[in-house]
Amino acid sequence: MTLTKVDERTTPAARIQLTIAHAAIALVVLVLAIAAVTTDAFLTQTNLTNLLKQMVTTGLLAYGMLVVILTGGIDLSVGSVVAFAGILTAGLSSGLPLPVAMLVGIASGILFGLINGVLVARFDLAPFVVTLAALTTIRGLAFVYSDVPIAPEEESFFWLGSAMLGPIPLTTVIMLAVFVAGGVFLSRTPAGRSIVAIGGNAETVRLAGISVRKHVLLAYTISGFCAGLAGVILASRVGIAQPSVGVAFELDAIAACVIGGASLAGGKGSALATLGGVLVLALINNLLNLYNVQSFWQQVLKGLIIIAVILVHRASRRRT
Amino acid sequence: MKLLQLKDVRKAYAGVEVLHGVDLTGDRGEVIGIVGANGAGKSTLIKILAGAETMTAGELLVDGESTTPGSPHDAHRHGIRTVYQELTLAPELTVTENLLLGRFPRRRRLIDWRAAHHQARDLLDDIGFTSIDPRQKAGRLSVAKQQMVEIAKALVSKPRILVLDEPSAVLAGSDLAALFALVRRLQQQDTLVVYISHRLVEVLDLATQIVVMKDGAVIATTTPDRTDEDELIRLMAGRRLEQIYPDRRATHGPPALSTENLSRGNEFRDIDLTIHKGEVVGLFGLVGSGRTELAHCLFGATHPTGGRIAVGGRPHTFRTPQDAIAAGLALVTEDRKGSGIVPDLTVRENVALTTLYATTRGGLVDGRAQRRAVETMVDRLDIRPAHCATMPIVRLSGGNQQKAVLAKWLLKQPRVLILDEPTRGVDMATRVAIYRMVDELARAGVAVLLISSDLTEVLGATDRVLVLREGRIAGELRSEGATEDQVLAYSIGRAA
Repeated sequence: MTLTKVDERTTPAARIQLTIAHAAIALVVLVLAIAAVTTDAFLTQTNLTNLLKQMVTTGLLAYGMLVVILTGGIDLSVGSVVAFAGILTAGLSSGLPLPVAMLVGIASGILFGLINGVLVARFDLAPFVVTLAALTTIRGLAFVYSDVPIAPEEESFFWLGSAMLGPIPLTTVIMLAVFVAGGVFLSRTPAGRSIVAIGGNAETVRLAGISVRKHVLLAYTISGFCAGLAGVILASRVGIAQPSVGVAFELDAIAACVIGGASLAGGKGSALATLGGVLVLALINNLLNLYNVQSFWQQVLKGLIIIAVILVHRASRRRT
Repeated sequence: MKLLQLKDVRKAYAGVEVLHGVDLTGDRGEVIGIVGANGAGKSTLIKILAGAETMTAGELLVDGESTTPGSPHDAHRHGIRTVYQELTLAPELTVTENLLLGRFPRRRRLIDWRAAHHQARDLLDDIGFTSIDPRQKAGRLSVAKQQMVEIAKALVSKPRILVLDEPSAVLAGSDLAALFALVRRLQQQDTLVVYISHRLVEVLDLATQIVVMKDGAVIATTTPDRTDEDELIRLMAGRRLEQIYPDRRATHGPPALSTENLSRGNEFRDIDLTIHKGEVVGLFGLVGSGRTELAHCLFGATHPTGGRIAVGGRPHTFRTPQDAIAAGLALVTEDRKGSGIVPDLTVRENVALTTLYATTRGGLVDGRAQRRAVETMVDRLDIRPAHCATMPIVRLSGGNQQKAVLAKWLLKQPRVLILDEPTRGVDMATRVAIYRMVDELARAGVAVLLISSDLTEVLGATDRVLVLREGRIAGELRSEGATEDQVLAYSIGRAA
C-alpha cells in the first residue's frame, strides 16, 4: 500500500511536469548567472536596488491579473488605473494628509475593479470588452482630473517609493507581501480555491452551490486593488504623477502570468510561478539596458522569450 | 473480397487500452448490428471507423485495401459515412443548405436556389423522408426530424459504408418506420450498414449479423435466427438482469420532494410529481422531452415560470442551486464533462467542492479534514485507483469519474438526490455499483429521482416510473411488472 503511494507521487511524468512547471524560475536563475558573470555593472548596489524597485509595478499588476486570468477572464484596464490612482493621490496630497490621499488613490482602484466585476459577473459581459472600455474610460478620467503632470513638493510624497528596509526597497517588500498573502489566498482559502475551480469549469462550480458571480466580482476587485496600489507606489517612486503613465502595462502583467505558466483559458496558474515571470521580465529589461541594447530590440526579444516559454509549457503538458 | 474488414484493432488512451483487438467483417448488402452496454467500446470503434480517432494498432481494410482513416475526410474518401447521436446541423441554415453544403448547383457562378431546393427535395423523397420540408431552417425541426436530416446528409455522397450510431434513439412512429425502410433499401442497393442500437428488438429485426461487445472486445458474433433478446442481454452484461439491479423492497415515508403545476416556458408544463422518503422514482423520456430541463429547474439552476416546489412538505423557492442544496437537494448532471467535474483539479478537490466553505479552520481550508472526508468516500465508493485523491480527475476512467461526482454529493448528505443519466458512458461494474448505492441511500431514507433514457435501467433500478413526453407527464407505472414497451408507448404518445 505505502509502496504504491510513493510510486504514484514520483512517476517520471510527474517529476518532469514539476520541473518544467517551474521553467520560468529556472530561466531566472540562468539569466541571473549570465548577468553576474558577463557584466560588472549587474551586481552593483545601485543596479540591484533599481531592479528591485522597477519590478514592483509589474509585480503588483501581475498578481491581480493572475487572479482574474484564473477565473478565465482578463483585465486590460490596469494600466489606466495606475495612472488614475497616481494622479488622484498626487492631486489630493496638496489638501489632504498624505496617508489619506494614498488610501483614496488605492480605493479608486478598488472601485474601478468593482465596476469591472459587476459588469462581467452580474451582466455577463465579455471581460475583454468590459475592461477594454474601462481602459479608455479610466485613461480619459485621469486626463480629465489633470491634463498636466502633478509634482507634489512635500518631501513626504517621495518617502514610500524611496524607503529602504535594510538593503531592500520597502516597495519590494510590499510587493512580496502581496505575493505571499496572495499565494496563500489562492492555494489555501475556500474563496481562492473557488476562483481556480471557476476557471476550470464554472458550471460545475455553480451547480456545487458556490456563487460564481461573487467570486468573479472578488477577482476583479483584487485586480483593481493591486492596480491602485501600484499607481500610488509608482507616483511616489517617480515623484511626479502623469495622466499618461502606464500605457501597455497590462501587457507586461499578462506576459508575466503567461511566462509563469498561467492558462488564459483559466483554472491554471500559481502566484509563485507568476512572480518568477515578473523576475524574468525585469531581468531581461535590466540586462539589455546594461548592454545598451536599443529598446526596440528589447521589445522584440521579450516577445520571442514569451513564445519560447509557452512552447516549453505546452510540450510539458502534452507529454503527460 | 469483403467490403469492410477490421483486424485486431486496438485503441489506447494515455497508455490505457480501451479496445482490445476487435475483428469485424462485413460485406455489401449486409447490416451489422453492434450491441453492448455503456462503456463496452462501441463509441471508440465508431470513432475509428469515422476517422475521428486513430487506432493504436491493427488494420482496417476497405475492399481489401488497407486504409487507416486519419481524419473524417479520409474516411469519406473511402466511402465511409458516420451519423452520430449528437446533432451537428447548422441550426440557422435551411435543410437544403445543410444537405448540399459545399456542392450547391450554380448558375452564372451564383447559387441556384430553385435547383438546390429541388435537389434536396428529390434526395429526401428518394430515401423516403417525405415529411421534411427542405426550405425549413434545421433548428426549427423537431429533434427526430433533425436526426433524419443528418442521415440524409450522410447519404448525399452515396457512401459504400454507412455507420449509424443509435439512429432510432429519438425516433418514433412513422419516422421510425421510415428509418427501417431506408436501412432495408440501402441493403438492397449493396450498401453496408453498421447499426448501433440499445434497442435489441430493432437489431434482431434489421441485422444480418449481430456483434456483441463488452469491455472493449467482441465477445460474440451471431445472427438473428440463432439468438434472442435474453441471450443478448446476458452476453452484454456478463450476468443476468436479476444480478444487475438490486431487489427493491421499498418502504416509503412522507413526501420528500413534490411539485405542483411546475412549468417553465416551452420546456415542460404542469408537472405534478411526488417523491417520498426512501423511494426511487424513475423519469423516462426521449431526447427533447424536457427531462434535463426539469432536473435543472428542480435544482434551482433555472427558474420556473409557474407552479410550486415543496421539500419535506414545505414550499420552497430556489433562486440559485445554493438554495436547493440548503434545502437538502443534490444533482448529478447528465453532462459529466460540462457540469460535473473540474477537469484540471485533483479528485480530492473535485469531491470537496460541495463542502469547500464548510471545511475550514481559521479561514483556511482544513486540508487534513478535507483529506479524511474524501478518502472515506474514495473507500466507500471504491473509486480506483485507490490513491487517486491527488490525481487530476480527468485521468480516471469515466466510471470512476462518475463515482467521484457522486461522492461530492454524498458528502453533503442530501435528502433528495436527482441523478440525470448517471450511468451514461460508464462500465458495467460501475453501473452495478451505482444501482447498489442508490438502493442503499433509499433504504437510509433518501428520496431519489433517477432520470434515464435507458429503458431497462429506468424499470430495473426504481420503484415507480414517470414518463415525460413533450414536456408533460404522459404516464406513470409501477416498475414491478411493467414492460419496456409500456414505457416506450407512453413516451411516444401511443399508450392504450
